[in-house]
Amino acid sequence: MITADHVSKLYGTRWALKDLSFQIAEHEVVGFLGLNGAGKTTVLKILSGLLWPSAGRVQIAGFDSIEQPRAVRAMTGFLPDKPPLYGEMTVRAMLCHAASLNGVPGRALHSRVDEVIELCQLKEVRHDLVDWLSHGYRKRVGIAQAIAHRPALVILDEPISGLDPQQIVGMRKLVRSLGEQHTVLVSSHILSEIAQTCDRILVLHEGQIVAQGTEEELLGGVVGGRIELTVHGDAQQARDLVARCAGVSDIVTTEQRDGLVQLGADFASPAVCEAMVAALVEGGLGVRRVVEADGGGLEGVFLKLTRGSAVETAP
Amino acid sequence: MRIISLMVRRELYAYLLSPLGYAIVAAVLGLHGLLFNVTLMTGEAHSFEVLQGFFFQSSGFVSAVAVLISMRLFAEDRQTGNEVLLLQSAATEWQIVLGKFLGGYLFLCLYLLLTTYMPVLVLVNGKVTAGHIGAGYLGLVLLGSAVLAIGTLASALVSSQLLAAVLGAAMTVALFVCWMIAGKVEGPLGEIIGYLDLMDAHFRSFSSGVVKTSTVVYYLSLTYMALLSTTAVLAARRWRG
Repeated sequence: MITADHVSKLYGTRWALKDLSFQIAEHEVVGFLGLNGAGKTTVLKILSGLLWPSAGRVQIAGFDSIEQPRAVRAMTGFLPDKPPLYGEMTVRAMLCHAASLNGVPGRALHSRVDEVIELCQLKEVRHDLVDWLSHGYRKRVGIAQAIAHRPALVILDEPISGLDPQQIVGMRKLVRSLGEQHTVLVSSHILSEIAQTCDRILVLHEGQIVAQGTEEELLGGVVGGRIELTVHGDAQQARDLVARCAGVSDIVTTEQRDGLVQLGADFASPAVCEAMVAALVEGGLGVRRVVEADGGGLEGVFLKLTRGSAVETAP
Repeated sequence: MRIISLMVRRELYAYLLSPLGYAIVAAVLGLHGLLFNVTLMTGEAHSFEVLQGFFFQSSGFVSAVAVLISMRLFAEDRQTGNEVLLLQSAATEWQIVLGKFLGGYLFLCLYLLLTTYMPVLVLVNGKVTAGHIGAGYLGLVLLGSAVLAIGTLASALVSSQLLAAVLGAAMTVALFVCWMIAGKVEGPLGEIIGYLDLMDAHFRSFSSGVVKTSTVVYYLSLTYMALLSTTAVLAARRWRG
């Protein structure tokens, strides 16, 4: 469905995207994860046809984004971070306007608008002015206008930003349901959201894809990390014991009260982690507490990736 | 065509619902009527001269209204983030520009329609022809179209409506004073600058009731060039971001 081939984007003298290549299949729900300024919005704008890449090419369903821009835009629905809505229009009039603008013919217009009103649960506010709506409803109207012309590709930039917990749950369901009929791209810097809504995750950092895969693949691909141990005994002895293990680096020890020592170290693989604990125990030191410094799980992976650590992930 | 008519309706709807649109029209109409009454309806001038004076004054007011109407066309959408709706749609840059321009243009024509009571007064009480009035209004419609197109370009260039109005006004004033510069420059360059003049070289004939094909072509060309430049600005935004 989507092929991005060595895509780069230059803003002035700053590269917002650097040599991005990826493929997305039809009906996949894919999440772009990254910190603010990682390049998520730029990628989405390029895929929606709103921006053109400075280098590389993007194809949507075989149409080139620069050579056939209208075809690309016609099959794409885009919801930016701030929904583009005219406040003085009613919800229904706004959706009719957006659908007409994207070529929905007059005879099919009203039935299609009624469908998206139903799908996005906007029935009770359909005659309200957009200006009167809450932030959550505006997001829903934004999604409704993005899908009103039945695009093959739906792109949602930070769809849950600013929503309350109840609205987040509703939005999650809506995004998942969109995946049944469309290919959906979602961006967020909120990990849990991406993990719960998407089939696949692309992690962006400083304009580059630093990892991609399912949640399991990302978690499974982590071969190293940082560990924090609380040990009872001599600090220097603990340091020496740990330093003897292969695959350990960046050891930091801090002496605490009651003979306790806080020891932090980078490990190259889970086996090294086990070897460290064994070495300490065999050396006669008491190991009181073992914690993964980055919190473990997907959050840990994300922090490691965006710190620039070497992480191998599944293809 | 459907997309253009959709955009025209949307723009016209926005002007008709906006208090700013009414405020601009009411203020300019009031000022225009006052100036017309104080300076031209003194009873000393011939009706032909009164009508000529009316069209001369109207050219300034129409230009001001055109600049004020056009300032929001693109700048407002950039400010609110609504330009995404247009630029991401299946509409071409030409359709977007033409739709917005025509929406503003219809509103400008509405303003012109509201000024007709003044020349009608002259027609009823004086000795002027309907043809003179028609020629004058044709000139105003063409001048308004050129200034509105220039203002549309200014609105596409910046994201602040105020800045768009200042830029549009500056470009219009520059074209208004071309005759002064042309007087200082000799040779073909002076002639070219003189030809570019928006008012003196082209509008005067209309205010006297004379329609020249060359002036019609000039105003239409200026409108076309400004709108073409606006589409280029929009297209460039896809590259620049």
